[in-house]
Amino acid sequence: MTGRMAAILESLGHLLTGRLDRLGLAARFAGALVLVLWMSIRRTSLIIRELYFSGVRSLSIIAVSGLFVGMVLAVQGYEVLQRYGSTESLGVIVALSLVRELGPVVTALLFAGRASSAVTAEIGLMRATEQLAAMDMMAVDPLSRVIAPRFLAAIVSMPLLAAIFSVAGIIGAWIIGVQLIGIDDGAFWSQMQASVDVRIDVLDGLLKSIVFGTAVGLISVFEGYFAAPTAEGIASATTRTVVISSLSVLMLDLVLTVMMFRGLS
Amino acid sequence: MNRSRFDIAVGFFVALGLLAMVFMALKVGNLASFDNGTGYALEAHFDNIGGLKVRAPVKSAGVVVGRVESVGLDQDTYEAVVRLRIYPNFRFSKDTIGSILTSGLLGEQYVGLEPGGDPVYLGNGDRLGKTQSAMILEKLISQFLFSKAAETPAKVP
Repeated sequence: MTGRMAAILESLGHLLTGRLDRLGLAARFAGALVLVLWMSIRRTSLIIRELYFSGVRSLSIIAVSGLFVGMVLAVQGYEVLQRYGSTESLGVIVALSLVRELGPVVTALLFAGRASSAVTAEIGLMRATEQLAAMDMMAVDPLSRVIAPRFLAAIVSMPLLAAIFSVAGIIGAWIIGVQLIGIDDGAFWSQMQASVDVRIDVLDGLLKSIVFGTAVGLISVFEGYFAAPTAEGIASATTRTVVISSLSVLMLDLVLTVMMFRGLS
Repeated sequence: MNRSRFDIAVGFFVALGLLAMVFMALKVGNLASFDNGTGYALEAHFDNIGGLKVRAPVKSAGVVVGRVESVGLDQDTYEAVVRLRIYPNFRFSKDTIGSILTSGLLGEQYVGLEPGGDPVYLGNGDRLGKTQSAMILEKLISQFLFSKAAETPAKVP
């Protein structure tokens, strides 16, 4: 009995120290990455290449998802609002929920699945085929040549994609609400403009997406860089990227939202 | 894929993203509410401000002419001190009356300004001379009940 208890305690402790070890490694990696960031910012052609693969290639999924999310919000919001006879507020509800919450968060979740997983797999395969080691041999720092551009591309493309997502959603809500249901066009836009604040809502939403971009970008390059150099290692690293990115985006979202609303009152 | 096609695609992507941000700033939000620092400040003392919030609109004849900047309590008179930030292109006469009104039955509360005929205009930091407090529903109901009770004395059989 005591033997089993000891075994359970031991495995729990092992799990905890393993996680802490991983976290410390990630923090050290982030520090090293920040140090080479200034060097790699000047190599714009590398960043542009990564912006193409993470940002431009995610454009269609982001725009289409945004459109559908906005349409669903319009249908759901209309159903609730008509009970109170204030269907003109549909624009406000859709715009606020997209700009403040859904735009940054859903974009970050989709980005984690669409782009970050690919980045992890790519870097993990580079590690497995010893391309990173070869770069090191040629006195090319893989951190500034391979890792930093991908990290920066995530930070730059996330706010742009979130803005596109929100606008696509609002257009989707406009199609459903104004064109199909028949809410007054002027009331839809003017009520939206009266309640959406550029500083509180739009800028805070963009700030959120920059934070999410940093987190998701860091997790994806970290998991790829330290992936076990086997087929299973790359597979599990890709899975971990998506799982950890999604969870940390949702947790960061709660923290940021609480902070932003506390600043308001 | 050669380099110039990357550049074109990324340029298109960045332009689209920036366009979306401009759309959010101009069409979704109202950039006019962004100029927080400009304009001049007025001060108004109210007995009761009800549910007036910071950033609530200040309206004159239904047109938004400013925002509520801060709400505080005067510790000597126990009156609510409301600081209003009026947009610079609006001027109000010295005898303007400020009142707290509600848009619609359940709508948000705002400060209404009713200008008088004084030729002198209010300047930065001036205080509104006359104010009218918010309408508190509970007080109205109790007033109504008390007056009703006073005018019809209970008939004793």
